Amino acid sequence: MATVRKKAVKPDGIEKCPTGISGLDEVTGGGVPKGRSTLVVGGAGSGKTLLSMEFLINGATRFNEPGVFVAFEETAEELSKNVASLGFDVQALVAKKKLAVDYVYIERSEIEETGEYDLEGLFVRLGHAIQSVGAKRVVLDTIEVLFAGLPNPAILRAELRRLFRWLKSEGVTAVITGERGEQSLTRYGLEEYVADCVIFLDHRVTDQLSTRRLRVVKYRGSAHGTNEYPFLIDEQGISILPITSLGLVHEASTEKVPTGIARLDRMFDGGGFYRGSSVLVSGTAGTGKTSLAASFADAACRSGKRCLYFAFEESESQLVRNMRSIGLDMAKWTRKGLLQVHSSRPELQGLERHLVEMHKLIRDFEPQAVVVDPVTNLIKVGDRLEVTSMLTRLVDNLKMENITSLFTSLVTDAGGAEAAAGVSSLMDTWINLEDILSNGERNRGIMIMKSRGMAHSNQVREFSLTDRGLVIADAYLGPSGILTGSARETHEAQERAALTEQKNELKRKKREIERKRKLMQAKIEELKAGFEVDKEEMERIASEGREKDAASAAQQTVMAHMRKAD
Amino acid sequence: MKGTATGKPLREANKRSAKRPAKKEKKLWELRLYVAGQTPKSLAAFANLKAICEEHLPGCYAIEVIDLLVNPQLARGDQIIAIPTLVRKLPVPIRKIIGDLSNTERVLVGLDLRSLQ
Repeated sequence: MATVRKKAVKPDGIEKCPTGISGLDEVTGGGVPKGRSTLVVGGAGSGKTLLSMEFLINGATRFNEPGVFVAFEETAEELSKNVASLGFDVQALVAKKKLAVDYVYIERSEIEETGEYDLEGLFVRLGHAIQSVGAKRVVLDTIEVLFAGLPNPAILRAELRRLFRWLKSEGVTAVITGERGEQSLTRYGLEEYVADCVIFLDHRVTDQLSTRRLRVVKYRGSAHGTNEYPFLIDEQGISILPITSLGLVHEASTEKVPTGIARLDRMFDGGGFYRGSSVLVSGTAGTGKTSLAASFADAACRSGKRCLYFAFEESESQLVRNMRSIGLDMAKWTRKGLLQVHSSRPELQGLERHLVEMHKLIRDFEPQAVVVDPVTNLIKVGDRLEVTSMLTRLVDNLKMENITSLFTSLVTDAGGAEAAAGVSSLMDTWINLEDILSNGERNRGIMIMKSRGMAHSNQVREFSLTDRGLVIADAYLGPSGILTGSARETHEAQERAALTEQKNELKRKKREIERKRKLMQAKIEELKAGFEVDKEEMERIASEGREKDAASAAQQTVMAHMRKAD
Repeated sequence: MKGTATGKPLREANKRSAKRPAKKEKKLWELRLYVAGQTPKSLAAFANLKAICEEHLPGCYAIEVIDLLVNPQLARGDQIIAIPTLVRKLPVPIRKIIGDLSNTERVLVGLDLRSLQ
């Protein structure tokens, strides 16, 4: 609610009176014209009374503008009971003098008309009610009842004109409801008198699904959204889909969030998805889309972020059980309040209702990550165009809030790629999961079709669902393309064998070298020993020679002495 | 026409006439005329009503004039929208006649007095 008010634009020219109805103030650029009359037209059960009542109650409780509700169709008791189911406490507001409810009852059969009259009685009652609470807002629901109750339309029309002039002079902001007419906008041409602002409510049923829509038909003196905006009525009253999503003005973050699969992160330039980006995971049945989505949710919760998971195929407990088989304990995150699983059948309600509901859940839970699984189930509810426009709004809104979103998309074998392509342009990242059939096996392949703003792997990788989560295997290329399954296993085994063989060879060589070195060492030792022996011999001979010489010299001396030589 | 100006019921005069023995109709007719100030229409309505009552209900009627400008909260009780409105409180059922009562025939039909003729 706060965001809605924050974004309301400044009044330009004419002063506006905020309705406080989520979304309506955005469509009208601030609210209904202040001090003037607004006509709310719609068929039976389109939510006219509720819208006008919410206008009054918000005025009384949030904008300090008391109001008067003049009911022509329901008694005050009925009215307060009816809106009590939507969380409005009319009785309390009446007791606090913030609201006055006046039930105007008129029954044609009880009335006889003779001569001139006017509707001063209504004026008096209205004036009295306005005075009693100091009202700034007035609702007349549905004043057309007077046409049925009073026999003279000429007088009535003149009096109505006077009434609206009088309301204007009183300075109250009035909301008048009117039944939708066949030729004119309203059955009795009320738009003739109340022409400052006309809001049209519509309740359409297509393919057994009802959708409520709101359109601002005219707004004198102010710009306004002219489209039909879906709205829904739930336990918190009316909420109209905010149109903040109309602009492409969101901030782009460079922060990355993990995908939940380490190897997939590496395929995405090493970090994962950009925060606030939208991711599409497409694939045929049983390719592991939900598992991938759950891994993403698990990773978000693991990093302490809140994640909202919209499951359109499985109940929460089924999802928890199934994901346990791949080692993801989602119940843990639910207990911690980080994960909220919202399961519903798409056929349960109309597309717009889904959208508004998702919007509300997102607003209330404020997640950092959102998973929609699968988005294609919504196509069952609406046609392609509607789904695309709804997704555009959802994606834009998520981007505005900087919420990373992951959508899974089931594609059928025939023409499935287009189904995914219909929404793929909205997505920043597109991961395609596919079956790879080869060698009598069906294996799962993963590839990144696109990823805006980052370099990414171009390989088709095989992945498998293990009890430790999703595991992306190495890529092997064979003669006939990528090797998967047992072919890859065989290839891996062969590679492993070759590697082992190589290692053994090396070891053997090493041992041989060692042996040779030892041999060489031994030989060296041997030669050394021989050398030493020879050397010793040589020295022995040499010293013997020297001794001999000395001995012979001495002998000669002796001889010479004996011969008495000179 | 004091009553219309002050908003007080104009019962006194009529009570006297009610004491006179009625010929065939014994029940009291309680009529209430709602006006908003002394507009020509209101004055005409009161005059017309008085004349009709004197003629058709001599002595067994009471007219109460309520001025909504003085007592606006009273409009709610009888579900008054148009001015002037004549409400036949008694005899039941309640009937309402709106307008200045200028068409005597229709007033008689509205008050269910035709049968008396």
